[in-house]
Parts: sequence; C-alpha cells; structure tokens
Amino acid sequence: MTQLGFYVDTSKCTGCKTCQLSCKDDNDLPVGVNWRRVYEYGGGDWIQHEDGTFSNDVFAYYMSISCNHCAQPACTKACPTGAMHKREKDGLVVVDGDVCVGCRYCEMACPYGAPQYSHEKKHMTKCDGCYDRVEQGKNPICVESCPLRALEFGPIDELRAKYGDCADVAPLPNPSLTNPSVIIGTSRNSRLTGDKTGRIQNPTEVGL
Amino acid sequence: MENWLDKTILAPVKRRSFMKWGTAISGAAIVGSALPLKATASPSAEKSVIASDKKTTWSACMVNCGSRCALQVHTDNGVITSIESDNRGDDKTFGKHQIRACLRGRSIKHRVYNPDRLKYPMKRVGARGEGRFERISWDEAMDLMADKLKYTINTYGNDSIFFTYGTGTQGYRTDGQHAFKRLINMVGGYLAYYGNYSWGQIQYALPFTYGSTKSAATGSYTSEIKNAKLLVMFGYNPAETRMSGGGEIYEHTEALRESNVRTIIIDPRYTDTMLGKEDEWISIRPGTDAALVEGMAYVMITEKLVDQTFLDQYCQGFDEKTMPKGSPANGSYKTHILGQGADGIAKTPEWAAKITGIPAKKIIQLAREIGTTKPTYIVQGTGIQRQANGEQTTRAIVMLPILTGNIGLPGTHTGDMPANYSYPVPTLPHDSNPVKVKIPFFLWTDAITRAHEMTDKTDGIQGAERLENPIKFIISYAGNMLVNQHSDINKTTEILRNEKLAEFLVVIDNHMTPSARFADLLLPDITTIENTEVSSDGYASGSMGAVVPLVPAIKPLYECRSAYEMCTELAKRFDIEEKYTEGRTHEQWVEHLYDGARAKDARLPALEQLQKEGPFQVLASEDGRIALEDFRNDPVKHALGTPSGKIEIYSTKLAEIAEQWQLPKGDVISAIPQYVTTWESHLDPKTKDYPLQLVGFHTKGRVHSTYHNVAVLREAVIDGVWINPIDAKARGINNGDPVRLWNDRGETRVLAKVTPRIIPGVMALGEGAWYRPNRKGVDMGGAINTLTSQRPTPLSKGNPQHTMLVEIARVQP
Repeated sequence: MTQLGFYVDTSKCTGCKTCQLSCKDDNDLPVGVNWRRVYEYGGGDWIQHEDGTFSNDVFAYYMSISCNHCAQPACTKACPTGAMHKREKDGLVVVDGDVCVGCRYCEMACPYGAPQYSHEKKHMTKCDGCYDRVEQGKNPICVESCPLRALEFGPIDELRAKYGDCADVAPLPNPSLTNPSVIIGTSRNSRLTGDKTGRIQNPTEVGL
Repeated sequence: MENWLDKTILAPVKRRSFMKWGTAISGAAIVGSALPLKATASPSAEKSVIASDKKTTWSACMVNCGSRCALQVHTDNGVITSIESDNRGDDKTFGKHQIRACLRGRSIKHRVYNPDRLKYPMKRVGARGEGRFERISWDEAMDLMADKLKYTINTYGNDSIFFTYGTGTQGYRTDGQHAFKRLINMVGGYLAYYGNYSWGQIQYALPFTYGSTKSAATGSYTSEIKNAKLLVMFGYNPAETRMSGGGEIYEHTEALRESNVRTIIIDPRYTDTMLGKEDEWISIRPGTDAALVEGMAYVMITEKLVDQTFLDQYCQGFDEKTMPKGSPANGSYKTHILGQGADGIAKTPEWAAKITGIPAKKIIQLAREIGTTKPTYIVQGTGIQRQANGEQTTRAIVMLPILTGNIGLPGTHTGDMPANYSYPVPTLPHDSNPVKVKIPFFLWTDAITRAHEMTDKTDGIQGAERLENPIKFIISYAGNMLVNQHSDINKTTEILRNEKLAEFLVVIDNHMTPSARFADLLLPDITTIENTEVSSDGYASGSMGAVVPLVPAIKPLYECRSAYEMCTELAKRFDIEEKYTEGRTHEQWVEHLYDGARAKDARLPALEQLQKEGPFQVLASEDGRIALEDFRNDPVKHALGTPSGKIEIYSTKLAEIAEQWQLPKGDVISAIPQYVTTWESHLDPKTKDYPLQLVGFHTKGRVHSTYHNVAVLREAVIDGVWINPIDAKARGINNGDPVRLWNDRGETRVLAKVTPRIIPGVMALGEGAWYRPNRKGVDMGGAINTLTSQRPTPLSKGNPQHTMLVEIARVQP
C-alpha cells in the first residue's frame, strides 16, 4: 500500500488561509465546517525598562492542518459503524456519509480536529485527500492553491526521504499517538510539541 | 427567474453530490430551466433535473490589493460551482510561476451569490442613510440621473460634480470608472482629486527629495534584495498586503530564501511577514519612525559612518557646505541632528529611545549595522505614512540609504516602496477633464461644507487659487468611501444627511454597502465575474507582469447592468450616444483596444487565444531594476527632477511652501525631514482620557471593505482588535471578549484579540469592516473609521487614518 500524506512548510507559510478557503470552495463547506484549519501559535513576553522602552522575545507561526491520514488513525478505532475507514489503496482516511450515524466519537478521538460534523448533512465529514483529484493526477486543491508553495502532497515515503519526518511541532500532539502521515518543515520560531511558552492565538478561527 | 436565483444564493450548489447525481441520471431528459438544487436535497423531485452543462472560463479578482489574480470559474448550467486559480504550466520557473489567488479570490462565488446583491435600480424613499428604497425601472433611473446631472451642471457648474475614490473594480480598463469618466468629460467634466488614500503622503513627499521624474513606487525591485547583505524594512508587510501567489510576497519570500539575507523589520506589530523569516523585530510606537531615524543619524554622524563623498557629490543640504544659496544658516540636516539647529536638541539615541520605545543601545547597534554593511536594501511600507505627519516620516526613512550611500548600486534601494512591473494594458480613452481645479483626495467632505474657504495655500487646491463651488452631486462607483472608508464616519454621515449640502448621491455597486444605504439613486452593477475585460497584473505583482483576460462566466444576475451600459443610456439623454460609444459595444471596445495593444507588442496572443488559455505573463527587463542607477553613474547627465538636480535632503521647494502656506496650529512643514510630535500621538496630553494608540492594518480577510460580506471569510479571519496582554490585563480583558473602543469621535464594538504580537500601549484593528450603527449610533460592526479623524496631514492634506487615541473596555455580551 502506498500511504499518501502532506508536507507543511511552516517556514514558508504566512498564515493566509488560502488552503482553508480553496478547500471550502471546492467541497462547498458551510461556515463551521473546516476540513483544513490554520492554527496561529505564538507567545513570548514583554519587559518595560526604566526609561519606558521595551524589549520582548515574542514569536509566532502558523500551522495548516487538514487530516493527516494517520497510519494508526484514532478516528477509525472510535467509529462504531465502520463509516470512518482507511482506504487500502492509498491510506487516505475517509468517511462514508451513507453509513455514518453522526455520533461524533471520531471527532472526540482525533487529536488533530480533522473530523468535522455537518449539521446540514447530519453526519461527519472530513478531508478526503481530494482522492478524486489525485486519481486524475492532480494535487489536492489546498496544495495547488497555496500562494507561498508551502504545501506538498504525495507518497509519504518519498516526502520523508526529501524532508525528514518531523511532526512533533506545537501545537500538534505527540505523533506517537496516531503516527500521522504529515511532515512539518520548521522555522526558527518552531517550538516542540508540549511547549509551554506559547498558545494557540486564534481558537475561534479553528473551531476551539 | 428570481425564485431560482434566490434559491441559488440561499442554497449553494453541492457540487460533489450533484456530480454523482449527474452521472446517475446521465441520459435523462432535460426538463425546464430550474436548477437541480432541490433534487440534491430530495431525490424524488426528478422533474427539476437537467443534464449537466459544465464550462470553465478565465476571470480574475479585480479588487484593490495591488495584484490581479487569475481565476478559473467552473459553472454548470450557468451557475458557478467552484473556483480554481492559475494551475498552468511550469510553476517552478520564475516568470512562469502561477498567479495564484489568495483566500479572497477563492471565495468570489460568495460575492456573486450574495444576499446583499443589488438587484434592480432603486430610489430613496426614507431619509438619507435610513436605507429605505423603492424599486424603479432602468428608464426611470436613467432619466432621473440625467435630469439631476443637467440640473447640477446648469445650476452650479461641472465643478460641483465629484467622483468619490473607489477601487472595488480596480482591474477594469474599459468599464467601471473609466466608462463614467469618459461620459462626464464629454458633458463638461467634474471636480477631480489628486493623490489617494493608499499612498497620499509618500507620493506627495518623496518627489521633494528625489525629484518628480522619479515618482514613488518606482524604487528598486524586490528581486534586488538577493544582492543585498542587509535588509531593513520599515512597516513593510507584504504577507498581509500583497498576498497574491504571483506577486510581491512570493517574490519577496523567494529572494529571502535564496540569499538568506539578514533581515530587520521595524513595526508596532509582529506581522505575518515575520514568523521566523526575520532575524530581528524592532517594535516601535506608531508615528515615531522619524525619531528612530534621527537617533540613528546621530550615531552615524558622530561615529563617521556616513558616506561623506556621496553626500557631497549627490545631495543638497546634508551639511552647511551643500546648502543652497540664500538658505538660513544652520539649517542643514547635520546641524539639526547634532542640536545646532533651530530647536537646539541633539537627536541622541537616548532622545529617540524615549519617543520610539526602542532601547537606546538597540538604536546604536542598528545604526552601526546599517552604517557598516554594504549593500543595504532599505524599504518602507505605506501604513507608516498614513499618519498625522506621514510626509515627514516617509522623507525621514529615505535618509538612511542617503546617509549611507546605499543608492543606485546593486542590492540597494531608495528607501521608497519597492518597484513593481505593471504591463500597460490600454484603457477606455477619454478626453481630458475640462474642469482644471483639483482637490486633495481626502478633502471632499470639506469641499461639501466649506468650499469657499479652500485655497491653494490653505487646503492644497491645485489648478486654481481657490474652489469656486461646493460639491453638490456625488457619484460613488464601486467604492465605499462615501461612508465606510473615509475618516470619521459620524462626521461624514452628518454632512451627507443634510440634503441642502450634497444634493444628489448616486451609488453604483454590487452590494448594499454602508455607503449604498446613503444613496438617493442606487444602481446595480454587474460583478466582474459577469463581465468581459482584458486587465493587467495590477501594481504589486513584483517583476512579473501579465495581461489578464476576463470572460463572463455567467449571465448578469437580476437586472444588473455594466457601467458602460449605464453610461450609454445616459449618453442618449445628453444626445451624445454616437460620440460616446463610437458605435461600439463594450465587448467591441475590449477587442478594439486589445488589437491596439497587440499592434504595439507582437508577443501578445490573439484575443481568442488569450481568453482560452488564460493570463499572458511578461517578465520585467533585467535592466533598470535598481532605482537611481543612472543618477549614481552620471549625476549630471541624469540629474534628478529637483530644483538642484540632486537628492534634496534640504528641499528648496519645501522651504518655499513652509513660508507661504497657512497651517493650523501644530502642523509643521520643514525643508529637511524631521520628527514632529503630532496631535493624538502617544505624547499628546489627550492620552489622559484616551491612553492607547490605535492603528489600522490590512486584514487578510477582505480587501479594504470588499469581500467583507462573505461569511466564510468572516469565519476564517475574525475581526479582533489586537491588544497586548499588559494593556488587556489592566482592563480585565481576555482573548475573545467583546469590547468597546471609543474616543471623542465615536464608538465601535469588536472582539479583543489579546496577543503579545503588538507593542504595549498600542492597539491595531483591521480596516474595512462595514459600519453597522445601532439605534444609539454606536457602531456594532468594528468599523475603524468611527474613530479616525478628518484632520488632514500638513503637506499633502492626506489621510491620517492610523493616528488616533482611544480607550477600550470590556462589554457584557
């Protein structure tokens, strides 16, 4: 089996959210359903000196995450109906809307916030890796739309050979939980998973 | 017809499910003209199903971000299903790289199918601004507008007709504002403005330093960063202002990655241009950049880090020996900096530290670094000049490349905005405006209320000594300046409510904007997705230009008409239809003008090919990418357009202006650039009541006020006022809390974004949110212009929209 996955270069990303919106447009997702989300992570402190001037050690960066099509997905384990399943062919994790009963267990189980409940459809929805586009030899819409060329998609083995296998970057969870098919390109601002010096700056925008 | 359009708007097409459905019923009979929307929701409604008829057309996002991104509009049976951008060819080769649209362009479907769309002509029935209208026919609408125009011209004169600044369809070349200006020039002209809300101060001020032949925005290209050893950016933030994947931010990022040049960014916010791409962020109080420069100049002068040979040969007024004849003694830049000038204050780093909030040792370090690194590329953004004395700020910043001789050489820049290539696509021709008098862009509300007071010496009137007539008739085309984007909304709306002042307001737009609500006559324009055009790449696409085709993806919705169609109707009523159209439809004008462009540039493909294949990309020449290279090589042969032909640190013209103009108390115009403590700066005693500075910025979630009414964008980029945790804690404000922001001019409500990414004492709010007053007149929409001031800047009489003091408090949700 070929496992497909994403490379997210946070040193290129400017947090513009074009990936999130192109996905939304292509999949006709309503407000409240975001198959790709862009987390703003940042922190640091300010010091005021005696003369009224300031110094700081502020940092920030963005983390664009959709579904990581994990090798050991938490969502499929939590699914009572089998609607949430991992495709044999390419390792993409997709939900069968005709089978899903909308219990939202997968949403609770996924540490990346990937499964998104649709109030309209009354079942779960999520990033399907644009498998229909991929079958036509195209990239997922998010990858193709990125103005900064910060996203790549392909067989994860090939991407890892090119970019390594870093995925333990805040605010992402420990990758040993689900073995995600994602690689994070780091910047000089990157903080390790579990970092306590920053926090997610845009909770509402990412549905938290 | 209306019914299905409404359904389309309220229930966007489910493309995926529709595609499945379409396959399942392929071969089924085509029935009626209804869309299969309901069919998707309830498969029993088979009667409403028609076969799939998919098309893809090239279009573009035409708003005013500076770029012009390609869009591929996918439709099915005449309804937009989804948007793709440029996905052609070899993206890896620079110059052929894709012109990828940002999140705004990607969501344009929701601008087209928007509940706010204006559907048919309407005239006002309630009081001005009340938003009550009555539907009228196009004939009635055109009769009304023509009658009012004739009345205005006969009663007051053409100089009482005014077009507000409006850039919602900035990409148009043959339609929109061009169509209106062609018409009005044929019937006697209108009162024009000079300058603009984006670059009013920098474009006015820098020619005093560098000469009028080298206007602003013709500095060095971004690509020149690759040849620099040090990059210093004052408030330059392409990640949030130049977001196209075929434009400035892409080129900027590529240049940084290629050269790994050391990058220092000076800004009150930790912007999205930084995020680890910078080596150092120097946080600064808004409006104090000139003080930072002076503190650095002190270090450079006293430590002999200035390029004395360059200053002697190429510049006027650095020290006393290059001052022009007849100028006052001790008036040079050097004497000013060292404290030997009029104010007697030495501009030491310690002096600058107190003003800017930057530690003195940091200022010294920065001065030494810039003074000893060659070449250094110094660039400024333009938020920095949208300040109470932005002219001084912009001229002060360009002193750094001047003092260090970092000009006209590889890897250098003038300190201006970066240059961009822009392919010269022809525009609809129009005669010159018979009305010669012009007002500064920002003073149109003054020209409504106090035209008789306005002269060349008091209010920057050009083309005449004074204004003869007040503005009586306003055309607001694809703009939101009438209410939302001009300063001090409460003052503006009070002026507009008085029907005895501006007597007739025509608003032409796609949506019911806050400005549209004030119209007397409201005309529905078609969207750019419904129109034909050949556009250019804009003015922020870096070194890659383009010729950008737009083909109508769908038929015009409702009763919407293009500006050209409206103007043709108006021309009939002035008996100049033939003269106006020259016998051409709008499409024929597009073809005619494109043929002209092709005759000049054989590289251009045939129009049909362009429309089929998408934007035609043209890379700027490798020559001429370094600003003032010719001047540096031969300062005599390539003398600048200043009176001395040199770089004028001491501007002879400004010295004259400073003497002749009448300025309000506190305003300063000086021959040399200098820091001025302005009204509503952090040093204004008003801080007792309003202790925090507030600046606007360009949010990624809309372009000025365009795209504001797109729900998926409001969700993706939530409007929140940036406030430092220190200031928030002192007021009991938590991240996400609803807050009120207020000063003497007004009040607005928004959410708080508590973030360390902004300097304490300063707040920032994305401009462009739509004004939404409640019954008490409090804006519930987060429109920053409820707080901004109409007091113009001293020299360009421009917009000081980032200078204001406010207070903030939590409100109970």
